[in-house]
Amino acid sequence: MAIRTMTRKNEAISLGRRRRPREALIQGFLFFCGALSILTTLGIVYELGKEALLFFRDPAVSLIEFLTGTKWQPQAGEFGILPLLNSTIITSLIAMSIALPLGLAVAIYLSEYATLRARSILKPVLEVLAGIPTVVYGYFALTFMTPLLRSILGKDVVDIYNMASGGLVMGVLILPLITSMSEDALSAVPRALREAAYGLGATKLETAIKVVVPAAISGLAAAFVVGISRAIGETMIVAIAVGAGPNFTFNPFMGAETMTGHIVRISGGDLSYDSIDYNSLFAIGLFLFVITLGLNIISQRIVRRFRETYE
Amino acid sequence: MVTTDSHSKFALQANNLNLYYGDFQAVKDVNLSIERQKVTAIIGPSGCGKSTVLRSFNRMNELVPTARIEGEVHFLGQNIYDRQVDPVEVRRRIGMVFQKPNPFTKSIYENVAWGARLNGFKSGLGRPSMDEWVEHCLRKAALWDEVKDKLGQSGLSLSGGQQQRLCIARALAVSPEVILMDEPASALDPIATLKIEELMRELAEEYTIIVVTHNMQQAARVSDFTAFFSMDEDRAGYLVEYGLTTQIFTRPTNKMTEDYVTGRFG
Amino acid sequence: MSDQSPGSRLTPYFAPNLQQRHRTSAFWRVLFKLSTLVGMVMLALLLYTVVNDSFGLVAINNKVDPGTLAVNGVPIEELDQETLLTIIQNNVSKGKFRQLEREGLLAERTWDEVYQVVIDDVVQPEDVVGTWTLVESLTRRSAIIAEVKQEHPQASVQFKAWLNLNFIASPQSSDALIAGVRTAMLGSLLTIAITILVALPLGIGAAIYLEEYAAENRLNRLIQTNINNLAGVPSIIYGMLGLAIFVRALESLTSGAIFGFTDPTTANGRTILSAGLTLALLVLPVLIINAQEAIRAVSNSLREASYGLGATRWQTIWHHVLPNAIPGILTGAILSVSRAIGETAPLVVIGAATYITFDPSGPFSKFTTLPIQIYQWTSRAQGEYHNIAAAAILVLLAMLLSLNAAAILLRNRYSRK
Repeated sequence: MAIRTMTRKNEAISLGRRRRPREALIQGFLFFCGALSILTTLGIVYELGKEALLFFRDPAVSLIEFLTGTKWQPQAGEFGILPLLNSTIITSLIAMSIALPLGLAVAIYLSEYATLRARSILKPVLEVLAGIPTVVYGYFALTFMTPLLRSILGKDVVDIYNMASGGLVMGVLILPLITSMSEDALSAVPRALREAAYGLGATKLETAIKVVVPAAISGLAAAFVVGISRAIGETMIVAIAVGAGPNFTFNPFMGAETMTGHIVRISGGDLSYDSIDYNSLFAIGLFLFVITLGLNIISQRIVRRFRETYE
Repeated sequence: MVTTDSHSKFALQANNLNLYYGDFQAVKDVNLSIERQKVTAIIGPSGCGKSTVLRSFNRMNELVPTARIEGEVHFLGQNIYDRQVDPVEVRRRIGMVFQKPNPFTKSIYENVAWGARLNGFKSGLGRPSMDEWVEHCLRKAALWDEVKDKLGQSGLSLSGGQQQRLCIARALAVSPEVILMDEPASALDPIATLKIEELMRELAEEYTIIVVTHNMQQAARVSDFTAFFSMDEDRAGYLVEYGLTTQIFTRPTNKMTEDYVTGRFG
Repeated sequence: MSDQSPGSRLTPYFAPNLQQRHRTSAFWRVLFKLSTLVGMVMLALLLYTVVNDSFGLVAINNKVDPGTLAVNGVPIEELDQETLLTIIQNNVSKGKFRQLEREGLLAERTWDEVYQVVIDDVVQPEDVVGTWTLVESLTRRSAIIAEVKQEHPQASVQFKAWLNLNFIASPQSSDALIAGVRTAMLGSLLTIAITILVALPLGIGAAIYLEEYAAENRLNRLIQTNINNLAGVPSIIYGMLGLAIFVRALESLTSGAIFGFTDPTTANGRTILSAGLTLALLVLPVLIINAQEAIRAVSNSLREASYGLGATRWQTIWHHVLPNAIPGILTGAILSVSRAIGETAPLVVIGAATYITFDPSGPFSKFTTLPIQIYQWTSRAQGEYHNIAAAAILVLLAMLLSLNAAAILLRNRYSRK
């Protein structure tokens, strides 16, 4: 059949705007999806803020005591967050003291030394480690790490619930995170830089440590900050293995509840809305949110400020 | 009502066309009239805005957020940048073939049929079926014999030259008036290039073809009219000379044109 | 000096240190290699601990000492089915026997089933007085048996695989010997179903908006930064948000009161629906970021080709961008979901039920999930709860493993295109 092209030369073509309601509707729906995230953040800030405000309005509570008091005993009307904060910091530091050096070492190995075969073994192992639920790590801390510490250091030195086991296992949890972020940072350093160093007769190690790592320092710093933020927010490991009561101590082998562990313990029990205990949880939650948000913003700033160097 | 004038002599007309990317002026003061059903080549050294001008002809430049236009582009007498004009419709009427072949990740058949179906292709009494239409377009793109037994295979399984002809068939399937070609053969080998050039001459019997090329000999071989662009000190492109191809290449009026076509620069 | 090469003129200024540098390099290289072992060792230790606790000897105080049921000195676990039948008949009441027969003729059941009846209804285990790990059970078996005989003469010692098919099929119970994870697993599955139903469309929608529609302006940059920040918020905060909003403020919706579906056991919003919604909020930011990356990976020339034919933006997205981005989006979605399955803290904060024996019947039921079950069992003092916690961990890990394997298969299958 003879086919002619559809528009004859003498027909006028209408170029007017067509109404496309479906396009507008779909665009509206998609925008709503995107804006939902803002609602979430607003929700977090509002809810945490509202209940925390109720908490601070209570006559038994003062903001100064909250921030500086060393005892958290609701029955006695004492609401000082330092014991919880202290435990959080100590467990996080223990975790970072493991995760940071090891994570960095593994990252350097992966990006500078590893053969394809080594990578194909190591990367899946790290992915598995990262994917294990924290409650399993908590079990591991309680049933393996604590008995191990107790048998090495003695049962009178190490309590059944202690910050050290929790911190050590948390370090293993965070290790894959630090490794992957650090490796990304190291790989982003342009090859040309390494070649310049090799060209001057540097060994692989010297290139890695003296040239690549300093060039990637912003990404590494960001990884460090994100790791701390993750450690601070971690809940289940500390809830299971670190202790069931606030305790202000610097001895890592004693039990001391962290902020997150406290929230979980209290909300897991009988809790009536509008009690001071309920409100206090939100005050702690708000405190936690501000700290982690601050850390995340800092890490983003670090990355942004130094990104221009190698764009 | 924004309609075209079917008696218009010119397929496309640029009037005082100025194109910007943000604050940077990429093209300045272009006045150009493209005749219908002829092949017009746009030549010039790289960076002088040839592609930018081409893309302004079917409002593809708007896909870049910082792009800005001053002046008008008339398609068969109607300014396509008029506020009441739908850019989607413009792009259907003024088709485009790109520098690097970009077939869809679909079958060969679907590549051609998709655009037609999208724009409301209806088969029925006195009209071709979709199968017939696909075959028609593939024939016009000189690709039918090579793919007729494998219409179901992925478009990406073809060679570079075949992919580009598939893209041409795809553009034909929506029945445009004008086909813009942005260096269509630059990514292809010489044999495939030759096939594309033959195609351009054949297609000009029905469509208006505008081709940007950095290959002067190609422009001389293929086009009826040639527009020569160059760049000023601020790196803004501008039209130096426009006329019949035979005249531009044998008796150019502008010295710069003469230097370029004789190979003294660019 | 006879040597006229330029190098020899320079040499006096450079002290030879190549040997030492190579030694240092080798030393650190070994250190780096060793550090990679730590991760692998830890993973191995973890799996070892869990498996070790999931199988082992258990000493149980029984109502009837199974030793007394031995026939001619042959212990019950080695008797044939007919003899076991006789034992049952002789030791249970007539009514009980009729009931057993009604459930299924004993003569036609398998040996295992009949043996189980002997254990359940004749021996009737009561308390667990000791459990041992797999390694201990294999290496110190006789010593353990002797210990038990001394301290608990009434108790019998047998090898128990805490992880067995019954474990998966049985509901929750306060008796560690018969407790199972069925309730928890169903709770997990229902909750995750809600999470996927809510988070997937919203997440993909947001990603499409950010990558295809959003212009460069302050509002859109704020949305993007906001999502990046939300991805780093600790999961427990999402739990608190869920508690305040889904459980409390929207109680009438989440408890089903609005629809008239009230579950008589819940008068409040601590339902599967609340749990699913909370996890959806938790998972959304990461899902969006992954989906964005998948969409960004689609080549721009494809979009241009589509626009060039006169397609609208949505037509381009629906027909070309999405089909090519779906494999990446799905992979990211599966990974997000597997993270959600393992989440515990936010659900505890919302108020997971501590003790439910019935299976969840729908979105308005009280809920518990597998990780919460593990948490509760681990928190108990008695040793046998650690064993079933370990068994439950194995179930959870198996679930996650299969999910992640599916994701990897998907990724490999479509990356070849």
